Amino acid sequence: MRYLTDRQRVEGLGSAKEGVGHWWTHRITSVALVILTPFFVFPYANAIGHGAEGLQALYASPFHAIVGVLFVLVTAHHLMQGLQVVIEDYVHNTLQRTVAMLANTLFCGAVGIAGAFAILKIAFTA
Amino acid sequence: MADVNRGNRPLSPHLTIYRPQVNSIMSIFHRITGAGLAVGFLALVITLLHASGTVEAARPSGWWLLALILFFAVIGLWYHFGTGIRHLIWDMGHGFDMEFIKNSSIAIAAVAGVLSLITLFVAIF
Repeated sequence: MRYLTDRQRVEGLGSAKEGVGHWWTHRITSVALVILTPFFVFPYANAIGHGAEGLQALYASPFHAIVGVLFVLVTAHHLMQGLQVVIEDYVHNTLQRTVAMLANTLFCGAVGIAGAFAILKIAFTA
Repeated sequence: MADVNRGNRPLSPHLTIYRPQVNSIMSIFHRITGAGLAVGFLALVITLLHASGTVEAARPSGWWLLALILFFAVIGLWYHFGTGIRHLIWDMGHGFDMEFIKNSSIAIAAVAGVLSLITLFVAIF
């Protein structure tokens, strides 16, 4: 027995079947980051201790370049989803919420892509 | 007239009247560190853009600001890492007793402190 009105049944509308999509994607990215974070942070910390040259030497390595791109892109997505929940919880005005949501998506997308670009540029020009 | 009393109904108790508890404080800091790490993530990407030659080097004062942000980001990241793993354990339906919550809170603080020190040590030496 589905809880649908006759009209909804005729129109074929109802649940979009993605009710837990946001929550579940956030868990997937968090599991990925539990693995990626140690592999990214320690080599990065060691490299930045030697300045820009250190980072250039690190991301000349294919392994570290791949880990770096994965970390940056997965982090950008995880951050976007996390900040979205915070905005949903605390920003109630429709206009302010829409602006905040849009700014969040554009910020995380832009920073994530820029980070991936920077690592790949080092990897391909090294 | 279901909405006749809208805006005038008793509210559930607000967060501010509760006595602070270890799990509520850690939950709030999980969220604060998560939001704050947005700034750390931006600082990280700026260092990558600089190292790749995509953007020019900032003034020396800019580097001190980046280093300061990354210093706090390291601590926030390892804290968020620890509480995040505990959230995954809770999501799988385990660890709802007070003993686990208290012991894991101490473990998270200790692990975050040790991993932060290791990260800073690796960066400096």
